[in-house]
Order: sequence, then structure tokens, then C-alpha cells
Amino acid sequence: MFLINGQSQPIFPWFGLDIGGTLVKLVYFEPKDITAEEEEEEVENLKSIRKYLTSNVAYGSTGIRDVHLELRELTLCGRKGNLHFIRFPTHDMPAFIQMGSEKHFSSLHTTLCATGGGAYKFEQDFRTMGDLELCKLDELDCLVKGVLYIDSVGFNGRSECYYFENPTDAERCQKLPFNLENPYPLLLVNIGSGVSILAVYSKDNYKRVTGTSLGGGTFFGLCCLLTGCSTFEEALEMASHGDSTKVDKLVRDIYGGDYERFGLPGWAVASSFGNMMSKEKRDSVSKEDLARATLITITNNIGSIARMCALNENINRVVFVGNFLRINTISMRLLAYALDYWSKGQLKALFLEHEVKFLFKICLMAKYKS
Amino acid sequence: MRGVKIQGFGYRGHTWGSSVYRSLPVPGGLLAPSLRSPFNFPRGSLRGSLTKLAYYSTVQHKVARVRSFDHSGKDIDNEPLYEISVQEEITARLHFIKFENTYIETCLDFIKDHLVNTETKVIKATGGGAYKFKDLIEKKLGLKVDKEDVMTCLIKGCNFVLRNIPHEVFAYQKDSDTEFRFQTNHPNIFPYLLVNIGSGVSIVKVESEDKFEWIGGSSIGGGTFWGLGALLTKTKKFDELLQLASKGQHTNVDMLVKDVYGGACQTLGLSGNLIASSFGKSTTADKEFSKEDMAKSLLHMISNDIGQLACLHAKLHNLDKIYFGGFFIRGHPVTMRTITYSINFFSKGEVQALFLRHEGYLGAIGAFLKGAEQDNPNQYSWGENYAGSSGLMSTSPDVSPLQRTRSGTFDMLEMDRLERPLVNLPLLKDPSTYIPDTVDLTDDAMARKYWLTCFEEALDGVAKRAAASQPDSVDAQERAEKFRQKYWNKLQTLRQQPFAYGTLTVRSLLDTREHCLNEFSFPDPYSKVKQKENGIALKCFQSVIESLDSLGWEERQFALVKGLLAGNVFDWGAKAVSDVLESEPQFGFEEAKSKLQGKGRSLLEGPPHKCALIFADNSGIDIILGVFPFVRELLSRGTEVILACNSGPALNDVTYSESLIVTERIAAMDPVIHSALRDEKLLLVQTGSSSPYLVVIEGMGRAIHTNYYAVLRCESLKLAVIKNSWLADRLGGKIFSVIFKYEVPCK
Repeated sequence: MFLINGQSQPIFPWFGLDIGGTLVKLVYFEPKDITAEEEEEEVENLKSIRKYLTSNVAYGSTGIRDVHLELRELTLCGRKGNLHFIRFPTHDMPAFIQMGSEKHFSSLHTTLCATGGGAYKFEQDFRTMGDLELCKLDELDCLVKGVLYIDSVGFNGRSECYYFENPTDAERCQKLPFNLENPYPLLLVNIGSGVSILAVYSKDNYKRVTGTSLGGGTFFGLCCLLTGCSTFEEALEMASHGDSTKVDKLVRDIYGGDYERFGLPGWAVASSFGNMMSKEKRDSVSKEDLARATLITITNNIGSIARMCALNENINRVVFVGNFLRINTISMRLLAYALDYWSKGQLKALFLEHEVKFLFKICLMAKYKS
Repeated sequence: MRGVKIQGFGYRGHTWGSSVYRSLPVPGGLLAPSLRSPFNFPRGSLRGSLTKLAYYSTVQHKVARVRSFDHSGKDIDNEPLYEISVQEEITARLHFIKFENTYIETCLDFIKDHLVNTETKVIKATGGGAYKFKDLIEKKLGLKVDKEDVMTCLIKGCNFVLRNIPHEVFAYQKDSDTEFRFQTNHPNIFPYLLVNIGSGVSIVKVESEDKFEWIGGSSIGGGTFWGLGALLTKTKKFDELLQLASKGQHTNVDMLVKDVYGGACQTLGLSGNLIASSFGKSTTADKEFSKEDMAKSLLHMISNDIGQLACLHAKLHNLDKIYFGGFFIRGHPVTMRTITYSINFFSKGEVQALFLRHEGYLGAIGAFLKGAEQDNPNQYSWGENYAGSSGLMSTSPDVSPLQRTRSGTFDMLEMDRLERPLVNLPLLKDPSTYIPDTVDLTDDAMARKYWLTCFEEALDGVAKRAAASQPDSVDAQERAEKFRQKYWNKLQTLRQQPFAYGTLTVRSLLDTREHCLNEFSFPDPYSKVKQKENGIALKCFQSVIESLDSLGWEERQFALVKGLLAGNVFDWGAKAVSDVLESEPQFGFEEAKSKLQGKGRSLLEGPPHKCALIFADNSGIDIILGVFPFVRELLSRGTEVILACNSGPALNDVTYSESLIVTERIAAMDPVIHSALRDEKLLLVQTGSSSPYLVVIEGMGRAIHTNYYAVLRCESLKLAVIKNSWLADRLGGKIFSVIFKYEVPCK
């Protein structure tokens, strides 16, 4: 059924789901080389799904298609087409399954490939409510292969992988493509709701080094509690307008300047939210300041743990991926800066254009190919 | 309660009273506790309201002295054996106190009045408060405030307590019977990792006394818990936030692995209860979360993060000891628990989270040491004074708020300079694993209950004996009562918080009693009893020797051992014995022999030993009629003997100075002892220092309560008479049974 390479290919529609703790990421391959014959054979169901997904950028109140991420004219399993990236909150998963059931998705005889913890959590719901079988794939496997694959494919002709040059210099800092031709070894830091850190030595040789519960979910969760915002985008927007130094206690706030005994610069954060111990200061900060401080706290911490793992594993390239970094330039630049500064230039932070677990679908198809 | 403590800062208040008492004008001279500079002041903690002060003083206290009479031409029979006098002695003491900043002026006044050495014009200070009170201190005391680096002070202090205070270090285990698991001091304290969790986190690698390095840190620390906690819960105080956290359910706020994977965790082999994303469930604007739950989630988030970073650093530097300190930890079971959990989790059990009893004082101690460099306290050995130290207080919510307030606002630690450093007996097979104490009373609740009751019941008798030992003193009764009260309170504290001074043992209970007796100028309550008993026993010495000499070799060996054991019956520390001794003053050596259960065995078979080291126990019959005939037999066989006695008094134990007089008198009667002394074949010492081939350890305190399991590199004999029916029961024998443990080291 899944024999590929000109012999056979999966039945359309080609979907992939990554069901995370906070977000569900859906990739959809829209074939652009449909022959007239195929068009005729295409069942009504399938057609309506294709039309619905490709003609909208928002679905219901929470589903969003990231048009800017779309991969156009991609050849996959011998077919040409566009790859679409859609996301919606995990708590809307039941509604999604319900919709699948109403649209008689099961009549298409397709297998839904899914990864992420939710692939396990919702497996039974898919079966009973939607009459659908999930094909579950190992999350870390998808992650590693996805990273390696996307770099080989490229992003609409551009490089998928990039880094920040001069991250410690705000003026001269710029985003530059990075050639991941010899990717090993690399440290892969996936920042979703939580954070997983993997050491990758080859395509098949990788291990999960550690993880932390202080991730994107923590930033978003704390922002909701501190500022009353309701979306991740809103939280990021607030953060971009805030000043974290009003909230955090810096080294210079304690020592009046650099703490030379330990070589700590005055601008370094000594205590995240440290100023909030004082009532006067609590009363004088804005929601934006709080959102910014939350973002800086979480980002610095991830950078710090990643740096320690890189040292312990003796790896000097760190690839940061995950939904937390989507549209989050502040965090990416901070990670680049922090890694460079604290390692005295020994470590390099790398980023990918696509949220990599979105890409697992490609990797999945590549898997069927091989 | 606060009122009482503050009084302590007056010159006569209750808490301070202990020190003031010793320093009140005494006949023959006026001596204040001389607060000798340099001392250090203050170290404000982040709490902002506490000052820690460290100072050095010389303390005058009474010591008992014995002096031989000149007996020439006198009727020895009607004279006491030797003269006992109580003299004043001055010893060095380090004081560490912690108090609310509100009382700083009172404290400065006190210091000003007692400051005696004005050679030093500088006072060392560290911490944020050093700035805050700089002007006040300089004005009041006329001294220049010299600021010292916080971390340098912290590490200096840490090294000092690790080296000098027994059971300073403990691991925290909430869910076991013993919350606090104290560690035996290791001779080599380096290298270690110190993780100081103040408002932020500093991770410092300490390699030697002067070599340490900041290897990392994190901005997510106590300040984050406090600041973010205050924003989330509108609760202002750190302690209240911890209280909230201890009541909350983090699972309502955190996204757990099982929230992501659903019921599949088990089949996938995942721990569903692990936190996947801290605050991952609060990603919604329209749900309310309880303060308690948020505080708990925050606590877990911060503790886990710190633990993870600490483990990563420990791994990178290949270290397995991590000490945690800072206000986030300071005696809070809630945070010690979460940090311990985190370290266990991230290191997979390879690294142990360790805490320090006097963590809160490290900075002040370090600043003090910085200032005292000319008279480096590090060159001496210091011992914790149990009478003057507050001890570790549990701040867990289930302890009464009264005690919590107490530990939070006033606390003290006193350390006395020891006359000489205490070292392990070089004959120990493995000094690094040597644990003197046989039973850990912190661990063994039944034994603890028994022994505390035992010491309580004996207390009236000891107080009475103490008062009687100073018949000429007008206030002896009053002081004895104060002693009784103080020791009683200590025992009550230990009932509730057995971990207050480290591992609780029979030895530490005895030491605490001696410290309390000294506190109230009873240096040796049993001096008169010992004097009398030594006199009586000496009179019997020659007849005992004669009867032994009349026996055949084999018979004599048994008789010697029996005598050794019978002598050990005479112990005023054992209630069963002191009852007999009180009611039958004529109770003698022969009666003691008949009380013994079971019998010993002959020891001196085989070739003679080259040298023997004997740790003797009690005064009177024990040493004179039990130990000395045995010593004499050894000497006659050509074995050199080292007789080791206590340096200081403890109950009716024979002291080193008493042993000198006793030996001198025996030598006058006995040619064997006489020539052995002359030829230095018999040495009297305070600690073992030679290289013996046989070690004899005598008495319950030395051979049963401690050292019972100690393994030596040479032959050893541990012998004692069980004078306590509870202990006899426990060991499966009867009261007055004999312990006779002869061990030959494996080759």
C-alpha cells in the first residue's frame, strides 16, 4: 500500500499530526500535479477537504494556517505540490476529531500519521469517535530526522538553517544562512510546552540528554496569570514592548557595577523577578514589563541548560527548534547572544526557518519512501 | 516570646544570661567577657531583618584542680588523698548570634561596653546590611567598617564549620523516620560544590582553603520565588509563600507527562507524574487558580531548575558533594525537600544534596575569620558548646509557631577552643569510616525515649551532687537549680527535635550535661566523691595485690579480669549503681565481684605484648583495684603500658590529673609500678600517642555506647559491666552482665 518511488504512493489526503501539550501542528500536502483523470476520480469528500484547507487561513476560532511557512512546489513521493502548515490548540482536539467524524474522514481509507504525546492520548478518541486509526511515530525520531531532512530540502530555495552573526553586538547582529552539510554531532534543543534536549551523533544514533519543564508552556502560562493575556501571540507582542530590567534584579543593582570577583557583568540578571520582592516596585511595573521578564527568564534558563549539556556532551553546535521560537526573534537572538557570551564564542546557536516538528510529516513520507 | 529574647540583649536577660553569668564580677577580680577585636558586624540577610554577628571573647570559667599534699611526716590515714581546688581559667570562645535588626543599637551598646582590645580599628562586615548600618557602627564604636566580599566570607565560613563542627552536614529525608541524616565529618573536606540560593543562585567550586571558583549561576533563585510568588498570590512574605506552597497541589497548574500522553504512560514506560511543562495548565485567561497551587508549582519549578543546573555543573567538574545554602534553604524543610528530590532525580541518585546546620552563619563566620587572620582561628580546634547554642530548629509547619518564631529571630552558636585538636586514634583500621557512637538515637526512637528518660530521672541526683560539691559557696543551691532547669529544657528540646545538635547519641547527651554544668560553674561535681573513693581504694591496694600474688598463674589471670570487671561496677553514672552506692556506702570490691553475671576469660595467654594502651573509666576501685593490678601484671610480663584518661571531668570518671596522683601513690607502695614509671615503661597520657599492640577500652561509655563497633589495626579488648537493665535486656542479658569483647585483627 505504501510502496513509493514510482511504484505506488500513499492514498490522498496526505496529513500529518503532531499533537503536543499545548498545540496541535498539522501538515497537509496539497498535490498540484493532479491529472484530469485523478480529478474526476477524486471523491467529493477529498475535494472539499482540499478546498477548505487551502482556501482559508483560519479555521474555526482557533485554527491558523501559517502561510509564510508554506513550502511550494515540493516534490514528495513522486508528486509535486505545496506543503501547508496549520496549528490549533490541543484543547480543541475533541472538536477536530468531531469534525473529522462529521466529514466522514474514515471513508477515505487513509491512515493518519501522528506523533507527539497526544498521538497516544487521543488514539482511543480517534478510534471511537472518528473511526480512524492513527499511525503513531516516535516523537524524537521524527524530530531528529525532520531536522536533517529539512536542511537537505531547503526552504523555497533558501537555506533552512541560519545563525546570528555578532549576536553580542546589537548594531551589527545579522541573520545568516548556515550550511549544515556535516551536521554531527549536534545538540538539538526542542522547545515546546516543555523542553527536550537531544545529542545527535548520526542519523540513527542520538540520545535524549535531559529536559526541563520550563519551556514555552511556562512562558505562556505565567503570562496568562500575570497579564491576563489569552494567546501566545498576544504574550509575545506584550513582551516586545516591555522592559525586563524593571522586574529583574541585575548584577549592577546589587554590586553597583560588575561583580569582578566572579567576572560577572553588571548587565547580567542576578535574580529574575528579584525586584518584585519589593511592594513599591511591584506597583510600578507594567504588564508588558512582566511579559518581557517572563520571556527573558525562560529563554536565559534554556540557554543556560543547553550550554551545560553542550559542555558535558562536548558538542559545540546547538540547534534550537520548537514552537516557542515561532515569530519569537527576541528569544532567538537572546539564545544566540547568551550561548556566545557565556561560552566565550565556543558555542554556536543555530535555528531553522520551520518549526521542525511541523516537518515530521516530510520525514514521515521520506520514511515510507525508504 | 519575642520580648524575652530581646531582653537577652540587655546585660542580664535570659538568653544572654548564660554568657553574662560567667562574666559577672567575681571575688578576686573583675572580668568582663572581653569582646576582643576583631569581630565582625553585621551581615544582613536578604530577609533584610536579621543581623548575624560573630565575635571572639575570652570567657572565664571555673575548673577543678587536684594537687597532691605534701605528706611527709604526716598521718596519711586521716588526711584526704589530695587537695581539690576550684580555680578560674580563661578560655577562648567564638560567639555567633543572629537577631532582628531592630535590636542593632542595643547590641552595639553592648559591644561598646565590652570591647577591650582597641588595637584593631577595623570591623569586617559583609552582606547588604554592611552598607545599611555602616554609619551607625562607625559612629557608635568609633571603628572603621571594612567591607568584605560576600562569597569569600561564605566559603571561609563554610570551610570552618565543615572542619570544626561534628555533624554539621546533613541530608534531608522527609519521608523517613529521621528527617535529618547527619554525616560523619570526613578529614578531607575538599573538593565540594557550594550552591548558594539567595535572590539568585551562585555555584562555586571549592578546591582548597584559598582556592575557589565561581563556575556558574542562575537568575532563577529565591528572589524569583519570592518576587514572582508575590505577583501571583499577592502574598508578601517569603515564609508565607512557603506556607502556601506546602499546602498546594502543583498538578492543578503544571502540565504533567500524563496530561500530554494520557493513559499511555504506563505502556510507554513513562513516569506520568513528571512535570512536562511548569504552569502549562495555566495557559488560559478564563480559569482561576488557587494561590496554594500556584505557589507549589513555582516552588517545584525553581527547585527543579536549580537542582538540574547544580547536577550539570557537578557532572562537568566530577564532584559528588553539593552543599546548599542561602535564604531559600535556610532551615526550611519545604525547600530542602524539593531540592533533595531534584538532585536525586537529575543525578539518578549519584549526587547527594547536603545541608549545613549553621548555614545561616557562614558569612559572619567568614568575615570574622578574615579579620582575625593574624590570630588565625583556623590553627586551633573548636568544639560546639551545646549549652550555649540554640541548635537546629525545624521550621516545618507542624512544629509550633512559637518555636518557629524563635529560630527565625534569635539564635546563637558558641564554640569553645579546644586545648588540643582531637584526632582519631592512629590504630583505627579505617579512620574515614570511624563512627564512635554505637547507637544513633536520632534514628532509634525507642532507644531515644529510653535514654532521655534515663537522663531526666538522673537529673535531680546530679543537681544535688553538684550543689554538694561546693559546700562553701553561698549560691551553689541556686546555680544547681539553674543547671537543672537548663539541662531539663535541653532534654525537652531534644525530645521534640532530636536532630537539634546533629546526631543524638548517649555521648552527646553526656557532653551536653557537662557543658551545662560548666555553664553554671560546676566544673567537677563528683570531685569530692572521687577523692574519697580514691582514698579508700588506695588503702585496699596492697591487700588486693597480695591476694593476687598468692594465686597460681592461671587462677591469677582469671582473678585479674574479674577484678577489672568488678571495678567497672563502680559507676555513678549508672542509676542502678548509684542507687546501691547511695544506700550502701560500704558496698565494696568483693560485693561487686559477686554481682557480676557470667565470667570473663583469660587474656594474657600467648607471648607478651610489646605495648598496651588502656583507656580507663572510673575513679576509685575501678582504676585502683581493677585496672592497676592488671597494669602491674602486664608490666611484669615486660609489656609497656600507656594509661589514657579523660582530660576533663565527666561524672566519676578518673581524670588525667587524678590519675597522676593515684599512680604516684601506688608507685610509693608498689615496686613494679615504681620502676615502670621511672623507666618510662608506664606512661600516663591524655590521648593515645604511641604504637601499642593491645588496646584495652574499659567502661560502658567508652566500650559500649561508643567504639563498640570500632575496628582497630591491633588486638583490642573492650570490656564493661552492663549497669543498666534496659540495655542488658536489649543485648539479651541480665543487669551486671559482662561485656568482654576481644578482637584480633585479620591479617
